[in-house]
Amino acid sequence: MSDEKKFAAFICTGCGIGDRLDVKQLEMTATRDGKMQSCQTHEMLCSKEGVAMIQNAIDNDGANHIMIAACSRRAKVEAFHFPTVAMSRANLREGVIWARPEGDEHQETTQEMADDYIRMACAEVRFMEVPEPSGEQGEVKNILIVGGGVSGMTAALEAAAAGFHCHIVEKEGQLGGWAAKWHKRIPFRAAPEGTPNSLTAHLPEPVDNDVAELIAQVEANDKITVHLNARVTRTSGAPGRFSADITTESGQTVTENYGAIIQASGWKPFDIDSLPEYGHQHPDVVTNVELEELARQAGDGPIKRPSDGKEVKSVAFVQNAGQAADKEGYLPYHSGIGDLVSIKQALYFKAQNGEDCDTTILYNNLRTPGAAGEDFYRSGQQKMVIFTKGEVNEVTSGGNGATVKFKDKILDEDVELAVDLVVLDIGMVPNSGPDPYAANESIEDMSDEDQQAAKEEMASETAVTVESILNLDYRQGTDLPQLKWGFTDSHFICFPYETRRTGIYACGPVRRPMDIKQAQDDATGAAMKAIQAAVHAASGEAVHPRVGDLSYPRFRKEGCTQCKRCTVECPFGAINEDEERYPQFNESRCRRCGTCMGACPVRVISFANYSIDTVGQQLKNVEIPDEFEEKPRILVLACENDAYPALDQAAMSGQEISPWARVIPVRCLGSVSLSWITDSMNSGYDGVIMMGCKRGDDYQCHFVRGSTMAAERMRKVGDTLQTLNLEPDRVVVHEVAITDIERAPRLIKEMEEVIERVGLSPFKF
Amino acid sequence: MSDMNTAMVEKYRNDFLKEVEANVEEGHWVKMCMQCGVCSGSCPLGPHWAHPPQEIFMMIRAGKRDEVLSSDSMWMCTSCYNCIVRCPRELPITHIMHGLATYAKRLGLAPKNQPTSQFSEIFWNNMMKRGRVNELKLGLSLYFKDGFSQGIKNALANQKLGMNMMKAKRMSPAEFFGGHGVKDISGLQKMIKKAEEIELAKLNANK
Repeated sequence: MSDEKKFAAFICTGCGIGDRLDVKQLEMTATRDGKMQSCQTHEMLCSKEGVAMIQNAIDNDGANHIMIAACSRRAKVEAFHFPTVAMSRANLREGVIWARPEGDEHQETTQEMADDYIRMACAEVRFMEVPEPSGEQGEVKNILIVGGGVSGMTAALEAAAAGFHCHIVEKEGQLGGWAAKWHKRIPFRAAPEGTPNSLTAHLPEPVDNDVAELIAQVEANDKITVHLNARVTRTSGAPGRFSADITTESGQTVTENYGAIIQASGWKPFDIDSLPEYGHQHPDVVTNVELEELARQAGDGPIKRPSDGKEVKSVAFVQNAGQAADKEGYLPYHSGIGDLVSIKQALYFKAQNGEDCDTTILYNNLRTPGAAGEDFYRSGQQKMVIFTKGEVNEVTSGGNGATVKFKDKILDEDVELAVDLVVLDIGMVPNSGPDPYAANESIEDMSDEDQQAAKEEMASETAVTVESILNLDYRQGTDLPQLKWGFTDSHFICFPYETRRTGIYACGPVRRPMDIKQAQDDATGAAMKAIQAAVHAASGEAVHPRVGDLSYPRFRKEGCTQCKRCTVECPFGAINEDEERYPQFNESRCRRCGTCMGACPVRVISFANYSIDTVGQQLKNVEIPDEFEEKPRILVLACENDAYPALDQAAMSGQEISPWARVIPVRCLGSVSLSWITDSMNSGYDGVIMMGCKRGDDYQCHFVRGSTMAAERMRKVGDTLQTLNLEPDRVVVHEVAITDIERAPRLIKEMEEVIERVGLSPFKF
Repeated sequence: MSDMNTAMVEKYRNDFLKEVEANVEEGHWVKMCMQCGVCSGSCPLGPHWAHPPQEIFMMIRAGKRDEVLSSDSMWMCTSCYNCIVRCPRELPITHIMHGLATYAKRLGLAPKNQPTSQFSEIFWNNMMKRGRVNELKLGLSLYFKDGFSQGIKNALANQKLGMNMMKAKRMSPAEFFGGHGVKDISGLQKMIKKAEEIELAKLNANK
């Protein structure tokens, strides 16, 4: 492709654009102000003929930079897909004609809006380059799976079925993890449809443990290599070119290359001994994990209590032991599946110790997730398992058997229940490595002095931290970042498998507590994501959320001051440091959010089609009317993931958007450079609104930390405004959700009111 | 029967639950209650019960034999069937309440002088005499169940209603002397006796 840029503009007159706007004027704006070398119109640009017209310009006229003025850039993406050229879109439909009312009195401002959007899109494309893949990595059809439990094995089988070679690294001497140790498992299926609600209906029962079959399948699969008694001692590289050292207990190390990684490191049982009130020190008080061993030992015969080997005739299950409580030493969360486990175990007793064995489950909120859930509960009831809502205060024992002291919350009375055996439903704790950000995040809100003190305290504590799982040689820590309670960060609704390290997917109970069935579903999803990551990395495309994006961050080395802000602020640990201490971008680890670009104080980081200039020139090419015209200009920098679609949706549903607003979509609020704010103020804008996603623990930011970073940076913008002698109200940051279709236009309206109050900007020339 | 009344029932064991299953109509459903409380919330007399149905079911499962059987609660049921209609687990709650009441009465544990219980007995005896309910006598027996002077008071209080019913020919004073009955009274009585025998045999078989 020649280096010379050839610009072509295309204006669609369909969907009412031609009726509402002066198209001749738009064409003139595109060629004269926008400096497009050609401009064509079409009455339906997204039609076959319209697309052919554009393709013809690309193929035969050599156009390599095109500006399409039609609908929102979020609409008709399949039709306007020209991967070989740089392209910008002017949003005349949702952005202008649908956002503004009809009528002569509005015509002037509506046309001005459209002209500005044309100028902006032309300016944007003039400063774009054609994105091309870096070619940094090739196709590696190997997947590393850390953990050989049900999740890891399922992921391996699924990926192998899709033709990928999998390496399972298991730290124990055998596959299967905890699940292999269970006597029986929770049923996966509900009673068949049409099963009557009768007392004799056949309801789901505990199912024979089938993990051994899974292990056999894994061992028989020639696409799966298993490393037992092994750990991952170093992981480097990026999706498509990961390299990992697998070291066995005997000290042998093999190094392999991988396209993607799945972390299925599982869980461990909560240490209930730290809470003596549960009486685990007594022999006849066991955890639900230990009960599985007792039941297995018994075979199909009666389960015996540990103290004296007597057959158990009565058993009490204490639900949520040491969990879901805001108390010192307790797990703050509920492990979700403990009630299913207790129903299963109560049914062991009914089956093995006889129907006369009394089983009482003392629950708080009975939760039976999964397909079989409610039917499994009824199955327990049918066999006379007693369920009662009880709050257990203490478990004591005088030797054999034990006594549970609890408050029956239905009968509202204190009870002492003596039984042969007590089973404690203990929580699941994730097997995560050390959280790379734990130190920083917990002290974020403290004062500087407290932060210093906390850092010192943590430094002394971290001497005994957990062992790393992945040993990443990333600048930003050895393991996957966590969100809460030690679980790997992921967005449980929108993108459950995405961790904050691209190409590394977590699945199974390291993400959240789950049972075998849920873990298998989870592992299948993670395997699909891992395959996607490996394949996309090979072609240089982004996976998530900018699927197919070929652009990646580049930097101008001579301008770089080695300040390290990009390496620190990248939410995905994509940037390392090279030997000369310059940032080293790992393209396939990158999600293309541009947070590094927003962080760079010397503005040397850019993407081929998204840079300080592509946005900076857009805002500079808006015509700012002089102050006597009394037409303010409000710059809206809207996150393309949530705020921009919310504004589009607002226009579609007939909400008016201020005629003074000029909206520029940004990849993430994290990519917003302070220079855009100062430039807009200097150019005479009267107000600037930044619309990003919700930040914090329940973030909605597609780039996890981008919105948070932007908010932090903009906290300092007040100073800049004061040096310009401007009111700080003129620049605001809002959290806007994709559903805020009424609120988003209102926020712009509010800025109009602020401008009315403080007056127009004095910087209009 | 006296053994059963003093039977030791342990807490949160299946003993009493099994006793209920063996002796109470629809008692097998008690274990399926999931304690949602919709029955208690739906009961029009709920606030007047010492133990609403949900609680009674939990008490059975907790082995509170004496409290359940001597309770006045299941006697409060008016058979409106709201609970049955609404129970998400489709338990025949109304029937279980009546079953429990019957069982308690059979054991002699039902509360003494419970009005519903007394009325039921008066109604049954009245009906069994002639195969039809003699409304005049039923009303009178009810008025005078707590003694003569209370009976006079009750009658006077309802004097106007009674007169109006007579005027409208809804009640006849002639009914006081015998009253009309079904054609084959002894046949009916034999039939009921046979039914009672069958029921008793069934109960004994359950033991």
